[in-house]
Amino acid sequence: MIDKTIATAAAAVADVHDGATILLGGFGTAGLPTELTDALVARGARELTIVNNNAGNGDTGLAALIGAGCVKKIICSFPRQADAWHFEKRYRAGELELELVPQGTLAERIRAAGAGVGAFFTPTAYGTDLAKGKETRRIGERDYVLEMPIHADFALIKAHRADRWGNLTFRMTARNFGPIMATAARCTIAEVDEIVPLGQIDPESVVTPGIFVKRIVRVRHAPQSV
Amino acid sequence: MKKWDRNQMAARMARDIPEGAYVNLGIGLPTLVADHIPAGREVILHSENGVLGIGPKPPKGEEDYDLINAGKEAVTLLAGGSFFHHADSFGMIRGQHLDFCVLGAFQVAINGDLANWHTGAADAIPAVGGAMDLAVGAKNVIVMMELLTKAGESKLVERCTYPLTGARCVNRVYTDLAVFDLRKDGVYVLDWVEGMPFEELQQLAVVPLKRAAEARTA
Repeated sequence: MIDKTIATAAAAVADVHDGATILLGGFGTAGLPTELTDALVARGARELTIVNNNAGNGDTGLAALIGAGCVKKIICSFPRQADAWHFEKRYRAGELELELVPQGTLAERIRAAGAGVGAFFTPTAYGTDLAKGKETRRIGERDYVLEMPIHADFALIKAHRADRWGNLTFRMTARNFGPIMATAARCTIAEVDEIVPLGQIDPESVVTPGIFVKRIVRVRHAPQSV
Repeated sequence: MKKWDRNQMAARMARDIPEGAYVNLGIGLPTLVADHIPAGREVILHSENGVLGIGPKPPKGEEDYDLINAGKEAVTLLAGGSFFHHADSFGMIRGQHLDFCVLGAFQVAINGDLANWHTGAADAIPAVGGAMDLAVGAKNVIVMMELLTKAGESKLVERCTYPLTGARCVNRVYTDLAVFDLRKDGVYVLDWVEGMPFEELQQLAVVPLKRAAEARTA
C-alpha cells in the first residue's frame, strides 16, 4: 500500500544534506511550511541554496535558517523588508550570496525545471541590469532574455489537504509557489493541515497530483499569523 | 494652486479605468486606486501572488493571512474571484492579459523608460519583485508618483539616471500636479491642477510638454 505520510517534520527532512538546493514555498508567511523549516534548522545541514520569493523576516522560518548559518546562497525576487535583519547582516558581511530574479522569471524557471524545459526566452528584464551577461534574442518584434531552469534536491511546501497518495489542495493565496515547486525537486515534502482518506479529495479539485509529492506531514498546530 | 492629495490622485486615476478591466495595483499609493473606483463599475483586481477578484479590506479581527495581496496585507475575495499559482499569475502578466498595471516610480523618461526598483546606491539591498514582469506585460503601464522629488527635481526626465525596470513601457503618468500621456511624438498633458498656469507646470516638469487636444485649460 502506498502511504506517503511521515510521522514528524524532523523525520521528513532527515536526509537533507549539506550543499542541497531547496525550493521553499511561501509568499511572506502564506504558504510557508513553518514546521518543515523549523525541522530544517534543527537538522543543521549547511551550505544550503534556498529558493524563495523573499529572504526571510523576523526571527522565524527562513530567517531562522539564515540566522543559524545554514544558508550559502539565496535565489529570490524581494529580499528587502523592514524586518529582514538576518539576511541583511549576513549579506552585508559577504557571508551570503544573493541571486536576484524577477518574480515571474523565478516562477517560470521553477516551472521549466519541473516540466523538463531546457531554457526559455522571456521579455522580462530585457535592457535592464538583471539581464546583463545573459543571451538575448529578437523574436518577431520583441526582445527576449534566455533564462535557465532551477532544479532542486528538495521542495518544502505548505498545502491544505492531502491524501496518502500525496494529492494536494491548497488554501487561498497560500497556494503561491507550492504547485510549481512541487514539480521541480527530486524530493517534494508537503506540510499539510489535514490528511484525508483516499477518494475524499474531489479529483476535479486536486491542484497538485500525487506524482509530484514524495512525503506528507501533518502540522501539529495552526500556523502563526503575521 | 493646490496640489492633488493622494486620494485625489487615486480618484483621478480610477476615473480612467473602464468597466470590465483587469487591473494590478502596486504597493503603496497605487493600492489607493481600489477605494476610488466609481460605484457600479465592475473592475477585477489582480494580485501577483495569485488572486483575481480582490474585495475590500476585511473588518478588524477577521483577517486571514492565507488571503493576502502582494503587499502582504489581508484582503477579501469577491464572489467570482479565483486563486492560482505563481507561474499562472505571471503568465497572466507576461502574456498581456492584464489591461492595466499601476506602479510607483523613482523616474519616468519621456520615451516611457521606467526606473522603480533600485536607486543604484552601492550599499542598497536590491529587490525587484514583480515590477519587471508588470512593466513588459500589462497592456497599459501606469505610473503614479509625485512629480517632484523632495529636492524639487522633476521625476519626469529626458533619460533615467537610475537603473531601468523596463524600457519604453510607461503609457501614462498620474502625479500630484498633472496627468501626462507619453506618446511617440512627445509628452502630452491631459489635466493639471487648478490655479496653476501651464507655463509654471512646464517650468517644474522641465521636459518639453504639449497640451493634449482634450486638455482642460487652467
